Amino acid sequence: MSTDELYREVILDHYKNPRGHGVVEPADAEAEGMNPLCGDEVSISISLDGEVIEDVKFRGRGCAISQAATSMLMEMVKGRPAQEVAEMSREELLDEVGIPLTPIRLKCALLGLGVLKVALHRAKGTPLPDEWAGLADELEFK
Amino acid sequence: VAVTAEKRLDARRLRADFPIFEHAIHGSKPLAYLDSAASSQKPRRVLDAMTAFYETSYANIHRGVYDLGERATEAYEGARERARAFVNAPSSREVIFTHNVTAALNLVAYGWGLDNLGPGDVVLVTEMEHHSNFVPWQYIARRTGANFAAIPITDDGELDLSSLDSFAARGPVKVLACTYVSNSLGTVNPVERLAAWAHEQGAICVVDAAQAAPHRPVDVQALGCDFLGFTGHKLCGPTGVGVLWGRRELLERMSPFELGGHMIRRVTLERTTWNELPAKFEAGTAPIAEAVGLAVAIDYIEEVGLDAIEAYERELAAYALGRLSEVPGVRVFGPSAERRVGIVSFDVDGVHPHDVAQILDSEGVAVRAGHHCNQPLMTRLGVPATSRASFYLYTLREEIDRLVDGLAKVRKTFA
Repeated sequence: MSTDELYREVILDHYKNPRGHGVVEPADAEAEGMNPLCGDEVSISISLDGEVIEDVKFRGRGCAISQAATSMLMEMVKGRPAQEVAEMSREELLDEVGIPLTPIRLKCALLGLGVLKVALHRAKGTPLPDEWAGLADELEFK
Repeated sequence: VAVTAEKRLDARRLRADFPIFEHAIHGSKPLAYLDSAASSQKPRRVLDAMTAFYETSYANIHRGVYDLGERATEAYEGARERARAFVNAPSSREVIFTHNVTAALNLVAYGWGLDNLGPGDVVLVTEMEHHSNFVPWQYIARRTGANFAAIPITDDGELDLSSLDSFAARGPVKVLACTYVSNSLGTVNPVERLAAWAHEQGAICVVDAAQAAPHRPVDVQALGCDFLGFTGHKLCGPTGVGVLWGRRELLERMSPFELGGHMIRRVTLERTTWNELPAKFEAGTAPIAEAVGLAVAIDYIEEVGLDAIEAYERELAAYALGRLSEVPGVRVFGPSAERRVGIVSFDVDGVHPHDVAQILDSEGVAVRAGHHCNQPLMTRLGVPATSRASFYLYTLREEIDRLVDGLAKVRKTFA
């Protein structure tokens, strides 16, 4: 794949100017995660207004794909029902990211969504869906 | 090892021996393979030898009384003798085929460590150790109650030998496990000196030569160490075969590591006795064709000349260090060129190594990005990961130029 295809302007823009960067205080839900293979780190904090995500912010460090995808995710989920986001498919995020990803880079792109799901399911006391529990074997969530 | 120091290496000519370079990357870009520290490419001679062995001489070894079995056994034992001569071991009975260096080092950690370590003993590794010579010792130290410690490195990426006596003050040092050449920094460690110090403490010295054996002459008798491991796939040979050399008196006293077929002398319902060296440590069917391929790979690199390889890679390292210093925002880790082999780890300011490697890949330049199985070293360097370019006898200067051009593209993309 060409570099221009992978490092689209929008990816680089989100990497250099991350949206929703910071910490929500006080948080109703939070979690962090890392990809032990490359050291990407993301932590996410969420405040809820009833069933709706009132505010969501992230902090992290790592490759452009992991940080840009998480930044895009912040814009995608703010103001949406928490239940809907907890059930959100990975394809929805990947469509937004919009770049071809090898299996290794796919994990970079999904790190933020994994952390978000862990935070929401933990706050509700529900188990992670199976497809994410599988990812949790390769990414470390806490 | 009969090689002449004057022999010059012609990388462009040698490349013709490697079929991989006949294939373009991403359709049109010639491959600049700068990841030989992870694994080397294979010359046609090695591939052909393995195919010919399978086609004409293959059977299981040490069993058949039929002709094919005898020829296969002869080829396998011939490879053992080849490996013995390669590291100047006194006897081929001291040469054990394993599956890789990790298996070789685990064999020593379990086989020697479990019986000989106890509470209060000190097991010493280094901060630049690959996980393969770090994790087994950390684990066996915990199992036996021994203390585990790591020799720190200096800011130049060399072992801080001034710390040695402080470790001896902690208790009886029983093991010093050290790498000959750092797989991240390229640093060549003073193994002779470390082995001599270990023996003064009454310790054994266990050497990981994975990154040394492909790139410079290795002589276990001159080093004075007690165990040394190397692997085939990093020196133009196949995957799946490694070598452990150990001193005979130590190997004979050691417990076996893997148990099963071939490593036994007699099995009854009550008890089992062990086979002679080296069979005692070679349970199960061996990597037979891989050993045959390894022997041919050793022939190949010895014909090129280990001294010539070492000298050529040092030139490449010096050239790479000079060119990389021209790129703004690039920080190189490790010592000066004369103190290292052809391995260069670096960091590009503000860009994650995965992004560096991905953009370089789009230019046909293959480098490694990650922690290189050196997490304690990455912690010491204060980075989660690095990018690493590593060279071998087929590396061209112009590939280092392509690396530097690619880094300009990385900087432009992330400007």
